[in-house]
Amino acid sequence: MDSRNARPTRVAIVGPGNIGTDLMIKLARDPLFEIRLVAGVVAKSEGLAIAKAKGYDISINGIEDLVRRDDIDIVFEATSAKVHIANAPRYRAKGIFAIDLTPAKIGPMIVPSVNAVDLLKSDPAILNVNLISCSAQTTVPIIAAVSDILPVSYAEIVSAAGSPSLGLGTRDNIEEFTHTTTAALKVVGRAGQAKTLVVINPAEPPIKFRNTIYTVIGTDRSLDNEIAQAINARVAVVQQYVPGYQLVVTPTRRDDYIMTVVEVQGAGDYLPTYAGNLDIINSAALEVARQFREHRQ
Amino acid sequence: MSKIRFVDVTLRDGNHTFRHQFRPELVRATAAALDEAGIDIIEVGHGDGLGGSCVHAGRMPVTDQELLRAAVEAVKTAQIAVLAVPGFCLFEDLEMAREVGVKVARIGTHVTEANTTRQHIEKAKQLGFMVVGYLISFGMAEPKRVAEEAYKMQQYGAEYINLAESQGHLTPMEVKETILRIRDQVTIPIGFHAHNNLGLGNANILAALEAGATYIDASLKGFGGGAGNAQTEAVIAVLKRAGYDVNADMIKTFEAATVFGDGVGNWPLPKIDNTTILMGYANVYGGMIHPIVMAAKEYGCSMSAIVMELSKRKIVAGQEDVVVEIAQELARKRIAEHDGVTEAA
Repeated sequence: MDSRNARPTRVAIVGPGNIGTDLMIKLARDPLFEIRLVAGVVAKSEGLAIAKAKGYDISINGIEDLVRRDDIDIVFEATSAKVHIANAPRYRAKGIFAIDLTPAKIGPMIVPSVNAVDLLKSDPAILNVNLISCSAQTTVPIIAAVSDILPVSYAEIVSAAGSPSLGLGTRDNIEEFTHTTTAALKVVGRAGQAKTLVVINPAEPPIKFRNTIYTVIGTDRSLDNEIAQAINARVAVVQQYVPGYQLVVTPTRRDDYIMTVVEVQGAGDYLPTYAGNLDIINSAALEVARQFREHRQ
Repeated sequence: MSKIRFVDVTLRDGNHTFRHQFRPELVRATAAALDEAGIDIIEVGHGDGLGGSCVHAGRMPVTDQELLRAAVEAVKTAQIAVLAVPGFCLFEDLEMAREVGVKVARIGTHVTEANTTRQHIEKAKQLGFMVVGYLISFGMAEPKRVAEEAYKMQQYGAEYINLAESQGHLTPMEVKETILRIRDQVTIPIGFHAHNNLGLGNANILAALEAGATYIDASLKGFGGGAGNAQTEAVIAVLKRAGYDVNADMIKTFEAATVFGDGVGNWPLPKIDNTTILMGYANVYGGMIHPIVMAAKEYGCSMSAIVMELSKRKIVAGQEDVVVEIAQELARKRIAEHDGVTEAA
């Protein structure tokens, strides 16, 4: 199909919780997409009520309705790893492209400004991509930008989230969250070694989602300007799909590393603006969908 | 009066003072001397605990494993402990520590975030550690909240709750009030960890004991974040004078202090000075002391201005990067002000 075709890409959202509902509002704004179905399991969910009010089809039997339909190009899964593992083969059987916002890790890790285009173009058999974690979506672009200039032997990130923006799912699985994010720093960011640190701050009003990125590149400073330019350019690219993405500490050289700090302010669509961690995952999901439309349809 | 269990944290919290540069020889000698003195538990590691060695919080010249092994090999009766903060420490770190022979895992988090520790408390129990719920910076929360968080850790399986007053901010009355409030809700023993920013470390320990705490943390020569910890050798003397029953021998703890002191040479002791008093007053995490000193020097701004901004933003342990941001901002403001003056002239 031609990407310039007029027909919007038809999408379904599975899991109309906080994340799914915020994603619905973002998708509704974008004329490239048409929401055909919002699928949940709880009849009284607020997300489903909003979906219904907006005139979308809704279902409360998980994905049973969804897999009976033939009008879905992309499904956004915002349930849990367990549910997505059960659902993924059924999407695949229908040829539906799945954008996975859970930690299920079935498909390859994808970061829109780094590897999305390559991934989508390289292998048409890829029908499932995983959005990794909020920390990875925020920091991998910076690490990849440095890796484009010279090898990063070690990357370290510190993700600081406001207490109310971190749900029990993450709190109960902080070990997995850390491992998943570290894997992305290495595989997608191309750092030799990597470490992820997570800090939670309970201050009121809540802090923005803040990420400090240390890229160890050795003591030779001759390419520092190029690195700073590459980081600035990458920030501008991310800002195109995450408007609240901002450099707080510009690339700063110390010893054998460069330190960069970025913050993410959410768009405040359904989630509060301090929840930049949730906003960036949704914004990345939407961007992946746009790139899918561009390169696959 | 119930027996007091003494936890020496020199070789962990003191690493903040020593910029995380402790080496196995120093750890071995100090742990042996503390063991000889009858200290019950000896905590060892990076200042931020297991997995803490990193660019962000300071890189160690050796691995966690090398430090822990040195300590384990040096002791006969004392138990070696680690601090393990989820978000910094991974399961593989806990597994390594257990394999090396560490007996006690103190699972730590900022005082309001106890529900991030369930996974690590359960893992540590499963590995056979004595597991402690460690609430960092408890002076930043109301007593009621501290009690709720302590209760969660008890439910997850902690065997005692350690309250770290990481800022040296509280007065004895406040310490007592908080611990009494916790004891309404929690049945496991309570431990207390004092910092000395306002010179109240020993007084706060007495208040904690009066309120029923039975585990006490302190550190040789007061080595530790901020203005340092309550000083082990002095605390032992105080406890004996006040009539508490402790295993430790006072004179031998003096010897341990000498061994440790020889090991760190003429490294400056933590001190109660303008900056650390302000940190205590303004409730700023003591582990920030070196980032503050370094950033103030690098960007030519005042340490007290950094401290007050950290206080305003309610920064917690682990947010050392914010110090740099604040220092850069202060430096920019200063340049802007300077430009203003020039233009006016």
